[in-house]
Amino acid sequence: LFRLPVKRLFSASHSSVDSAEIKKFQLLAHKWWDEEGEYSALHSMNDIRVPFIRDTLLSMSNNYNLGSPLSGVKILDVGCGGGLLSEPLGRLGASVTGIDPLEDNIRTADQHKSFDPVLAKRIQYKSSSLEEIVEESMETFDVIVASEVVEHVADLEMFIKCCSQVLKPEGSLFITTINKTQLSYVLGIVVAEKIMGIVPDGTHEWEKFVPPEELERLLESSGFSVKTVNGMLYNPLSGSWSWTESTSVNYALHAVKSEAQGRSSPTEALSEVESEQPSATAGTAA
Amino acid sequence: LGHDVHFQEKKIALLEAGPRKEYDPMPDGYSNRVSSISPGSATLLSSFGAWEHVCSLRLKPFRRMQVWDACSEAMIVFEKEDLGDMGYIVENDVIMCALTRQLDAVADRVEVFYGSRAVGYTWPLLSHSCDTSPWLQIELADGRRLQTKLLIGADGHNSIVRKEAEIKNIEHRYDQSAVVATLHLSEATDNNVAWQRFLPTGPIALLPLSDTASSLVWSTSHEHAAELLAMDEESFVDSINSAFWSNVNHSDFIDTTGAMFRSAITLLKPSGTAVRQLPPSVAKVDLESRAVFPLGMGHATEYVQHRVALIGDAAHRVHPLAGQGVNLGFGDIVCLAHHLSTAAFNGSDLGSLKHLLKFETERQRHNVSLIAATDVLKRLYSTSLAPLVLLRTWGLQATNALPPIKVRISFY
Repeated sequence: LFRLPVKRLFSASHSSVDSAEIKKFQLLAHKWWDEEGEYSALHSMNDIRVPFIRDTLLSMSNNYNLGSPLSGVKILDVGCGGGLLSEPLGRLGASVTGIDPLEDNIRTADQHKSFDPVLAKRIQYKSSSLEEIVEESMETFDVIVASEVVEHVADLEMFIKCCSQVLKPEGSLFITTINKTQLSYVLGIVVAEKIMGIVPDGTHEWEKFVPPEELERLLESSGFSVKTVNGMLYNPLSGSWSWTESTSVNYALHAVKSEAQGRSSPTEALSEVESEQPSATAGTAA
Repeated sequence: LGHDVHFQEKKIALLEAGPRKEYDPMPDGYSNRVSSISPGSATLLSSFGAWEHVCSLRLKPFRRMQVWDACSEAMIVFEKEDLGDMGYIVENDVIMCALTRQLDAVADRVEVFYGSRAVGYTWPLLSHSCDTSPWLQIELADGRRLQTKLLIGADGHNSIVRKEAEIKNIEHRYDQSAVVATLHLSEATDNNVAWQRFLPTGPIALLPLSDTASSLVWSTSHEHAAELLAMDEESFVDSINSAFWSNVNHSDFIDTTGAMFRSAITLLKPSGTAVRQLPPSVAKVDLESRAVFPLGMGHATEYVQHRVALIGDAAHRVHPLAGQGVNLGFGDIVCLAHHLSTAAFNGSDLGSLKHLLKFETERQRHNVSLIAATDVLKRLYSTSLAPLVLLRTWGLQATNALPPIKVRISFY
């Protein structure tokens, strides 16, 4: 039973959603689908993140239907915004649930998918935070995608734990985010926001950027096994993304939830298990 | 696209104004509209199984192409080093039949609307707003409505799709028409050579159809074309033979300088000159096969717009002297299909300009140089003025002697 751990999380009164972050996105809620507008860099990011997700999942599965490579896969798109990533994943055959704490974003996303009869059935949007759906969605999803989200969350550790709970064992977690380095400050904030306007001003705060090492550490301690970390590079002249050796600015990560259930991997947190002994046995006994 | 593996879940509609073309059984006589299919185009057709049908119907491979001038001895010969097939002469109807069969094979994905015509288009706005549908709406003559993410205009040089999309077209009507006919040769021969001679009035070409028959494509002035059409069989045949055989346009001056140039080349590059062969003589013509159509050149300023792509003659129209018109169209198809396939596999919206622009850039780069070169050649060869004849004589002889250029031209 997992009641006890969940209750403990809820009793901590903060959530992973940062209300200041919400306000930043409110103003641009209707601009998502303008391919040449404020979100153009996210539109072109699809050219590398969709193939990354698609090819990783194809290599792990036996599905050879290239017309619908993700059919039968249930995906949770956390922080889906206007649905920029949900839609291509839906077109590739996946059943997508997109969640975003901002209602206006969900409204935009719903409206955009409503014109396409195929997508309208494949994608469901909900205005919600990750924690709010944990209870009803335990181990429901084959894949979680959190693209350009973790640099906006308030409590990253809790976010990851919630991901683990809604993900099936051996399910995949895909994250794309920004590293916390001097270079990412210069390129990601000064150049991108202030000088070139690639990203709307004020979108990111360098303090909240996450280095891949820290992300890996948090993931491993929450029962994930990190499989791939790739650096991403944006070329403002061509407006396109490419893969690169260096993870100093942007990077993408793929992790798999270990088969062993639970929040910690057995070898790493022996002391933790011992101290929780009473509650754990209470759980299994029930 | 219907045969593309990434398009299995997509729905494609094909609007065709004509009726369904079946070839059962094949008529004995050859149709007068033929195309010279390059090996690249043959590869495209075989990639979805249409080439096998063409081979099972009928086609004529040719190994050599001889192109020469009426005003001089200058000549250029194209042939593949391994004596393989340079290209194939195929009747347009045969290609249509092969395509129809392959369309039937993917009828679950591709719906063909024979005898249909689009009468109205509703274009979507580029930036999506609340109430308007982002799809492109099409109204058919019979009242049916279709909506699509991407409209491909393959409706010829008078493309209505292009006009409705308000894409500007640079066009120029040549003062020439092409006369086509099916000819019967005096005697049976291997007939695996394509012949083209540049007369001052325009190029005349003989394309092999079988051991005893060839197809004529004679581009000439409108008046001459009308005369040819009105002639009786004997005069018509005589005109063709003399066009290929007579040296009336030669002048001594040009012949002498041409000969000097040729000796110079022989010194520098002994294998650089070839013996001029004479094409087979024509004995008869299928009188009902005589037809004429006007020639022109055209190029659309844009090949793509949001949710629209133009291919083939809708995007570009060229003089038949290089036999490349349909091959350019096939090249467009290979490129567009490749980009759409990748876009489909990425889950993209198929009408998105991002990948459509990649197609446009690739093809415009390729097509513009060929179309311009064809136009220049047409103008260069439309005169018997000595300086220009000398220029093209030497140019042709030099090109014949330089294998690298020749190879590039024949495999373009």
